[in-house]
Amino acid sequence: MSARDEILANIRQSLGVTGAEAPRRLDVRERLTQAPAGITPARGQGEPAARAAIFKTEAMRAQASVVEVASAADVPNEIARYLREANLPATLRMGEDPRLAAMPWVATALELAHGASDGHDLNGVSAAFAGVAESGTLALCSGLDNPTTINFLPDNHIVVVFAGDIVADYESVWKNLRARYGKGEMPRTLNFVTGPSRSADIEQTLLLGAHGPRRLHIVMVREG
Amino acid sequence: MSAHPTSAHFKDNAHEALRDASLQKALVHVRANFIARRAEAAQRLPEFEALRDSARDIKNHTLAHLDLYLEAYEAKVRELGGEVHYALTAKEGVDIVLKLCRERGAKSVTKGKSMISEEMGLNQALEAAGIEAVETDLGEYIIQLRGEAPSHIIAPAVHINREQVEDEFRRAHLHLPRDRDLSQPAQLLGEARGVLRDKFLNADIGITGANFLVAETGTSVIVTNEGNGDLTQILPKIHIVIASLEKVVPTLEDTAQLLRVLARSATGQDMSVYTTFSTGPRRSQDPDGPEEYHVVLLDNGRSSMLGGEFEDMLRCIRCGACMNHCPVYHAVGGHAYGWVYPGPMGAVLTPTLIGVKEGGQLPNASTFCGRCEEVCPVRIPLPKMMRHWREREFERHLSPATVRYGLAFWAFFAKRPTLYRLATDIGMRALHVMGRAKGRFAFLPFAGGWTRYRDLPSPEGATFQSQWRAKSRALK
Repeated sequence: MSARDEILANIRQSLGVTGAEAPRRLDVRERLTQAPAGITPARGQGEPAARAAIFKTEAMRAQASVVEVASAADVPNEIARYLREANLPATLRMGEDPRLAAMPWVATALELAHGASDGHDLNGVSAAFAGVAESGTLALCSGLDNPTTINFLPDNHIVVVFAGDIVADYESVWKNLRARYGKGEMPRTLNFVTGPSRSADIEQTLLLGAHGPRRLHIVMVREG
Repeated sequence: MSAHPTSAHFKDNAHEALRDASLQKALVHVRANFIARRAEAAQRLPEFEALRDSARDIKNHTLAHLDLYLEAYEAKVRELGGEVHYALTAKEGVDIVLKLCRERGAKSVTKGKSMISEEMGLNQALEAAGIEAVETDLGEYIIQLRGEAPSHIIAPAVHINREQVEDEFRRAHLHLPRDRDLSQPAQLLGEARGVLRDKFLNADIGITGANFLVAETGTSVIVTNEGNGDLTQILPKIHIVIASLEKVVPTLEDTAQLLRVLARSATGQDMSVYTTFSTGPRRSQDPDGPEEYHVVLLDNGRSSMLGGEFEDMLRCIRCGACMNHCPVYHAVGGHAYGWVYPGPMGAVLTPTLIGVKEGGQLPNASTFCGRCEEVCPVRIPLPKMMRHWREREFERHLSPATVRYGLAFWAFFAKRPTLYRLATDIGMRALHVMGRAKGRFAFLPFAGGWTRYRDLPSPEGATFQSQWRAKSRALK
């Protein structure tokens, strides 16, 4: 008997079942297809403007910096300003996200690089799939548009999130994911990011910038 | 394969821990930080208590259907091009990982923090096979340099002071200038970041644990603050997930419920910084991510816990709240528990995983104050289960002779109420007369354990029962 069969047999013996019982199988099938929601906190709920405000407050509680701009066209200038004021070089790596590609980068002096990061980039920008108001969390999906390496390797991670993509809770992210990828399907990597990387492993002192980005800067775009 | 347990010597370990000044200094941080942070996070979310019920119910439902959810999870991972390996024992788990490493000629492995890896003794096995295994969580990296086991399930180096980290880094990082300043924690963190960055970029295989395995989507979920787990799982060509069976949950919705109680109970954050959902190997269009994705599912005795008096323990989501709130853990730290899992959850789990003979002492490491159960996000009745173990230890004649004879002596009287009352009446009167002069005893036969540290007040002359009877009569 394989380890797999032995383990499943042990489980069934302990539970006093055979695995063939129709009601149990039905219970499991229904749970997997219907995916019932449990308790969703009231905190993130509300009108779009209220949700965006909560998202901003919660993200800042997690030590992210957040700036609002009126439209997508303002994003390159805002990022250039942020890098300049933080005394960082005017370089920026990004994927092929069409929303980012459509922005007027030429109006800035930013030196752009495209594709996955190999660990030699100081600054990276991604477009978020969603922002979650209840905890100020960003949801980022992997792919050519937004390579996962950009979320972790650069020292400074800038994330653009459109106000229309700010949702109340994690359950709303699942709903939107299913609409894009299909029920039961996921992008290869989905990252929930809440603030910049940190560690408290030395004497419980909280320090930012462990292995991931030292800074997380969120640019909220009001239109769209 | 796992580290040799010293749990049977808990008492000696605990004495040693109490005398260890540097450990006692470090343990202050546990009491000072974790309790207040959890309380604040719980207080800030009105739905927190309802979410704990929800988390408990999800785990119970999953455990009652564990065979079917494992089959569903496995089918989904395979459908996406990943592989699932089952391991009945820790040794089988190690052999699977070693085989994967050897077949691919791996020389260097980076590791995200995983208690299952500790349970399997994976690092020792990899080193013995000539494969460099580098722990990348800062705390795990520090204790790996020191050749130690973690002393806490989410803060593995909580027993170590800053000076000790500096000593270790100076000893290990010989390629760096000798006169560098490492007096601040931030400088130590920066140095570890630099050293480990090279390891991340050059590793052949990345090994992580999993907080959850989602049956609906075939996804493994890790929750970290540093980002080390992510660099471990997206940079190398091969990602191996090692997880125990009970990590499976039905759906993304269920995962969200559990995530809402996990970080709040652990560190007091609403969410840990990185919660990452990995589904299969990289796809044809993907510019990054692993080309191979393997999951090793470890049983190691868990399938036998189902349906029994320790089944509730399988709900545990490894947040560490029970040890953060435990007066015994606060006093002796994690290493005294002698194996992989410390604190109340360790006291219950260890005997089931390594046997009552080796681990049976641990359920005695409790004052039964009940704080662990009060804060457990999935409401595991930890004190009740420690009592189950104590009963088993007694039944198997594993408790010390003094305890056994003492209990037999007490039981003889307890079963004979008239005799009990008579004996205690006489005893209390006698002690009252003997202690009248000073009002206390500095020494008393059979009570040396008490009087060594403090005096015993002299009794008032009548037992509680006789006073109760007298007062009841007076009221009538």
